[in-house]
Amino acid sequence: MAKYDYVPSPFMANSIVKWVDHRLPIFSMIDTQLIKYPAPRNLNYFWNFGSLAGVMLVIMILSGIFLAMNYNPSTAGAFDSVERIMRDVNYGWLIRYIHMNGASMFFIVVYIHMFRGLYYGSYKYPREILWWLGLLIFLAMMATAFMGYVLPWGQMSFWGATVITNLFSAFPIVGESIVLWLWGGFSVDNPTLNRFFALHYLLPFVIAGLVLLHLWALHVHGSNNPLGIDAKGPQDKIPFHPYYTAKDAFGLAVFLIFYGYFVFFSPYTLGHPDNWIPANPLVTPPHIVPEWYFLPFYAILRAVPDKLGGVLLMFGSIAILFLLPWLDTSRVRSARFRPVYKVFFWLFVVCCLALGWAGAMPAEGVPLFVGQVATIWYFAHFLVILPLLGWFERPLPLPASIAEPILGGGRAGVMAAGKPMEKA
Amino acid sequence: MRTAKLLIASVLALGLGMGAASAAVGPKAPVQEWPHTGFFGTFDRAALQRGYQVYKEVCAACHAMKQIRFRNLEGIGLSAAEVAALAKEYETTDGPNDEGEMFKRPARAADRFPSPFPNELAARAANGGAYPLDLSLIAKNRAGGENYVYALLTGYRDNPPPGFVLGDGMYYNDWFAGHQIAMGPPLMADRVTYADGTPATVERMAKDVSTFLAWAASPHLEARNSLGVKVMLFLFILTGLLYATKRKVWRNIKH
Ligand code: HEC
Ligand code: HEM
Repeated sequence: MAKYDYVPSPFMANSIVKWVDHRLPIFSMIDTQLIKYPAPRNLNYFWNFGSLAGVMLVIMILSGIFLAMNYNPSTAGAFDSVERIMRDVNYGWLIRYIHMNGASMFFIVVYIHMFRGLYYGSYKYPREILWWLGLLIFLAMMATAFMGYVLPWGQMSFWGATVITNLFSAFPIVGESIVLWLWGGFSVDNPTLNRFFALHYLLPFVIAGLVLLHLWALHVHGSNNPLGIDAKGPQDKIPFHPYYTAKDAFGLAVFLIFYGYFVFFSPYTLGHPDNWIPANPLVTPPHIVPEWYFLPFYAILRAVPDKLGGVLLMFGSIAILFLLPWLDTSRVRSARFRPVYKVFFWLFVVCCLALGWAGAMPAEGVPLFVGQVATIWYFAHFLVILPLLGWFERPLPLPASIAEPILGGGRAGVMAAGKPMEKA
Repeated sequence: MRTAKLLIASVLALGLGMGAASAAVGPKAPVQEWPHTGFFGTFDRAALQRGYQVYKEVCAACHAMKQIRFRNLEGIGLSAAEVAALAKEYETTDGPNDEGEMFKRPARAADRFPSPFPNELAARAANGGAYPLDLSLIAKNRAGGENYVYALLTGYRDNPPPGFVLGDGMYYNDWFAGHQIAMGPPLMADRVTYADGTPATVERMAKDVSTFLAWAASPHLEARNSLGVKVMLFLFILTGLLYATKRKVWRNIKH
């Protein structure tokens, strides 16, 4: 972290605070990590999404606990208990819509957060472990959301669970045993629902633990910034409070308007109507589709006719993100200074949207073809384009410091194009 | 400026992604005018009560509504006494009593609407193998919701288009997926006599019962709208204040 002169906040002088802090330095931690914590002065609103994700995690845990108080995890009682929450529990409809739409909001926020990382190169040295921890959070979120969707025991709950758990049967030799083990029986049934409930309650707390590690890693070198260059000195940073607390609070309020619109005025739009039909193992819905946030991965899964191949590609599409810090060979972080990468970044965004669209459609004809092309593009982006760009792209000149383009100082373009950034 | 552009682009991108996710199957039912849609929507109480009458006198012969209890009818504007009187018209099975026997008793306000058939198999047996599903959530579990129900009820054709082969005991419907439905047209003019004197045309009855089913699926819609409007107002003001705060805090920081 850049040199930064720490001046304790006034409350640190309070004698009780001092007494506690001498034994458990919790106030020091709050003061140095939240209040006086030095942040780059040029963070834009995309840096708001990390704290929004944190808020979403809290909202999900709180609303979830109240739902669990009235939920009955059995195949005979689950659907009706959820209806009872909607109809008879005081403000039960509100709690449920907050939780249901909250899952979508959480993914929207985290996807923007991740694309922010891709655009500004936040996964590069020295933030590789930070990036990994983010990916572990993402995996845990996907598992949590998948199991949560099973709990209301509607048609999509049941059939989604059946399709996804069955994927594991693609693995040779052990596949069938894994599936039986996941189910706790010979089909998706009561034991499956019970264990999914137990895990759905557990995993958010695992996520909370991962988030702490994520923040720990973040605070070692501090946030990246839109310029992607390291802070050089105190003029590049400002204390987190009041600057970013004020900025994040405003962003949070805007986000809550968006979220509130869905909760109050359009609570079913993001879900599938079939999940309001009680689960029926004898009736298969015409199209089994996962929730929207899984659609890109679903498209990759179905892009190849071979089941095992599809499963491996799908897992591979996330595994490859772990290698990203090394697949991207450019030493310049921010896309702002990478004219060619910038184009490929947006093409990649389009590619992910195309995958999402293909995932929502039946796997045939045009959607299947689009899904296949986009799947190839997805992997090519990481395996071919990013490694080559580092060699062939000529980055624009980097500013000398974060403060320099803002405050002036006439040292523009000191770092020659393509010259390695200082720490790399 | 650049940030704003990027933000807008991302939101748009997500919007597109989600639009794709909710793509519908089958013909899309035309959207009707309903007083209960929109930010300030409230149910038309008279239509709800007429709709309940249609359900009770027509649909309830085949379709259950297990999620609804008689007491919920206070939500369509009936008084507690009216609800109790209504419930008493039905018999329900309770028990076991002290002797271990099940017994019949008049229904109470807290009881669920009685089902016309004891189970799915009995319902299928009585309907040529087709299942008259529970209607409690029909306005949520079909794409188009109440618009679909209305379209379905008014979408029967006496003669299927030439070349269409209709199965035995099946009816042609414009809006049912596959167009062959095992439910005969349940509504015909004057099938019910409305207490408030409204002429019972097929369209009127279909609209009323669809309103009733929309209410049954989302009985808290009005509470949701009115709370939502207040929450939104609060959030708009909060957002304005927070924006002003942010501007003030940052006024001396060039960034
Ligand atoms: C004589 C029995 C009977 C009556 C009366 C009846 N229905 Fe049905 N209904 C059925 C059957 C049987 C089905 C299943 C049809 C099928 O699957 O082909 C059905 C299906 C439906 C469906 C589902 C269509 C779909 O998308 O799957 C709706 C909605 C419906 N009925 C509404 C009503 C309403 C509203 C009324 C009262 C106005 C009513 N029904 C009266 C027997 C009946
Ligand atoms: C529960 C979910 C998550 C929470 C609560 C969370 C929280 C945060 C917070 C508060 C920050 C600092 C503010 C910011 O830079 O936006 C941050 C930074 C970061 N997060 Fe996350 N995050 C989550 C998920 C993820 C995921 C899924 C990834 C990607 C795989 C990720 C990658 C990163 C990276 C690379 C940074 C540093 C960004 C920079 O400084 O430029 N995070 N996270």
